[in-house]
Amino acid sequence: MKPLNKLTSIACSLPLENIDTDQLIPARFMKESRDLGYGGFLLHDMRFTEEGAPTDVILNHPEAEGTQIMVANRNFGAGSSREAAVYAMVDYGFRCVVAPSFGDIFSSNAVNNGLLPAVVSVEDYERLSAYLAEKPEQIHLNLEEQVIGFGDSQIRFDINPTWKRKLLNGWDDIDLTLAESEKIEQFRNRYISQFSWLA
Amino acid sequence: MAGKTLFDKIWQAHEICQNEEGQSLLWVDRHLAHEGSFHAFNKLRERNLPVRHPEQTIGIADHYVPTVSRNLIAVQPKVRNVIEQLVDNCSRNGITLIGLDDPRQGIVHVVGPEQGVTQPGLLMVCGDSHTSTHGALGALAFGIGASEVAHVLATQTLWQTKPKTMRITINGELAPGVTAKDIALAWISRLGADGARGYAIEYSGDVIQKLSVEARLTLCNLSIEGGGRCGMIAPDAKTIDYIKGRPYAPQGEDFDKAAEYWQTLYSDADATFDQEIVFDGGDIAPTVTWGVSPEEALPIDASVPDPAEAETTSKARQIADSLEYMGLKPGQKLTDVEVDRVFIGSCTNSRIEDLRAAAAVLDGKKCKVPGIVSPGSTIVKHQAEEEGLDRIFLDAGLEWRESGCSMCVGMNGDLVASGERCASTTNRNFKGRQGPGARTHLMSPAMVAAAALNGRLTDIRELQE
Ligand code: SF4
Repeated sequence: MKPLNKLTSIACSLPLENIDTDQLIPARFMKESRDLGYGGFLLHDMRFTEEGAPTDVILNHPEAEGTQIMVANRNFGAGSSREAAVYAMVDYGFRCVVAPSFGDIFSSNAVNNGLLPAVVSVEDYERLSAYLAEKPEQIHLNLEEQVIGFGDSQIRFDINPTWKRKLLNGWDDIDLTLAESEKIEQFRNRYISQFSWLA
Repeated sequence: MAGKTLFDKIWQAHEICQNEEGQSLLWVDRHLAHEGSFHAFNKLRERNLPVRHPEQTIGIADHYVPTVSRNLIAVQPKVRNVIEQLVDNCSRNGITLIGLDDPRQGIVHVVGPEQGVTQPGLLMVCGDSHTSTHGALGALAFGIGASEVAHVLATQTLWQTKPKTMRITINGELAPGVTAKDIALAWISRLGADGARGYAIEYSGDVIQKLSVEARLTLCNLSIEGGGRCGMIAPDAKTIDYIKGRPYAPQGEDFDKAAEYWQTLYSDADATFDQEIVFDGGDIAPTVTWGVSPEEALPIDASVPDPAEAETTSKARQIADSLEYMGLKPGQKLTDVEVDRVFIGSCTNSRIEDLRAAAAVLDGKKCKVPGIVSPGSTIVKHQAEEEGLDRIFLDAGLEWRESGCSMCVGMNGDLVASGERCASTTNRNFKGRQGPGARTHLMSPAMVAAAALNGRLTDIRELQE
C-alpha cells in the first residue's frame, strides 16, 4: 500500500448525503476481475445516462481532471460492505474523502486500501463545500497534522489513531498480526478449554 | 465495579491483546463466506498464505445464484464464474461449502441461524453488512470488507476499535399490523441512517422479549441500515429452544454446558450504555420508505415530504433529489403511490413466518401486479411447500422461485426495470439497488402482499379490519 501524508490536489464536491456503496459501484460490475481496474465503474449511474452519455456531474467536468480528494455530505459509503466501492475510488485516483460522517465498514475498507476517510465537523464541511461549490479547487491535505488547507482557511479532521499510523506507513495488518502468532495460539488454547463445546 | 453490558461480555471473551492505541485483536469463532468473497481469497493466494482455520469458515452460495432453476448452464458466464470461484476456493482450502445444489442452501444470514451455526456468545463475521442479523441470537456479529476477510482467513482474528454501546428499548405493546420491520424502519427514520454509527446496539424491552426469534432476526438485520456496527438481543429461553437440535448446535451434555453459559449473557442491571433510546411500541405504525435511504421512511398513512417545507436548503436539496429519483410529487399521499411489481425475499424478510404473513394476506385473492417470492433458504422453501404457501402465491399470480439474494441486489439478474416501482421486503432502497433506475419502497411482508393486491401502497390495517 502506498503511504500517504501530504497531498495537494484538486478537490471536487458532491454535496449529497448518504452516497452509499451501491451508488459508488453498482452491483452489476462486481463480478469483474480487479485486474481490469474498477475506476470506470465509480459512481457509474451518476456519471452516465442509461444510454451511456456522460452526465453533468462534477466528476465529468474538465476542471475535475486529476482530482484525488472528494468532499461529500454525511454518511458517505453507507450500506453494503463491498470493498469494491473503495477499489473504484482508488482505481479512479482518489486518496482521500472528506465528509462529516462515513459508513463504518467503508472507513475500514478505505484505510485497508490507502484511502483516507477524513471526518470533519458539519460546520467545516459546509465551509469546504461552499469553497468548492462553483468548481473544483486545489486544496492541501496533511495527515500527520490532521489538517486540510483551502484558500486562507484551515480545518481539522479526525482519524482513528491506528488508522492514521497505517496510512502514514502504508502498512497492511496481516503481517503485523502474523507476528503475534504465539499470543494468538496461547489465547486459542485457553479459549477452547473454557468453551469446550466449541472445540 | 459497574456491571457489564452483553456486548462487553462477549467482546472481552474474544480479546487477545490490544495495540498501542488501544485497538483490540479479536478471536473470530465463525466466518461465513459467499461468492463475493473472491477478492479476499485472491488476496490470500497472491501472498501465498494458507487459510489458518478452514473448519471455522463455511462457504454459502447466495448472492449470484439463479432463482429460476438450479441449472448453471443457462446462467450468464461471468455470473457462473463467480459462483464457480466460491466452489473452487472452498475445495482448495478445505472449507465446507453449502453450494447451489445443497439441500441446506440459502441466504447466508438465513442459513447461519437455521443450521445452528449462529449461537449466543460467538464472534461471527462475514463479508456482508447484514451480518448484524446473527446478533438476534446473542452473537456479536458484524460485516467486514474483503481485506478484513483475507485477514480472518489468514489469522482467524481481526483488529477492531471498540464501538460505543447504545441500548434501544421498546416498551409497551405493538399495535396490530406492526412488525419487526416497522420497528426497524421507525427507529432508523427517527435517528437517521447514521444514527447508530460507531455504536453496538442492544435491543431490549417488553416488545423485544415478545418478538419471535425470526422477528428478532429481522430487527437485528436492519441494524446496519441505521449505521450500527452490530445489533444484539440477549439470549433467553426462546433463543435456547430455537438452537436446540440444529445440526451445528452443541449436542447432549455439551448443549447443557453451552446453554448454562448462554444464560449469563445479558446486560447487568447496573451496566451503563453510552446512549439510551426508548420508544413506546404503541407509537409505531406500519411504515414504508418513500426515498432512497432507509431513513426516508414514514407511517403508511402519511404523505411524501415537500422540499419547500424543509428546515435547511441542504435538506431541501436532499428531499428534492430523492423525490426526483423516486418519481414522486411533494405532498403526495403514500397510499396513492402505484407500484409496478413486488418482491418478497432477502435476508431481512424471507423466513417461514414472513412467508406465512404474506400468504395470509394473499390467500384466495389475485394480485394486480406481478412479483417474485424467493424463500430465504431451500429448507424454508420446502417448509412453505409443505404448508401449501407456494400454491397461495402462485394462485395469487406471483412467481415462486428458488432461494437466493435475488432481487434484493439483482446480482443474479433478477432486476427491477428502470423507472419501475417495486414494493419490497428487502433492506435497501438505495438508488439503483434493485437495478439501474429501479424505485424501491421497503416495507413488511404483509404490506408488500397488500400492495400487490391493490397495485398501490396500502395500509395493511385497512385489509385486516
Ligand atoms: S439478501 Fe440482500 S442484503 Fe441479504 S445478504 Fe443477500 S444481497 Fe445482502
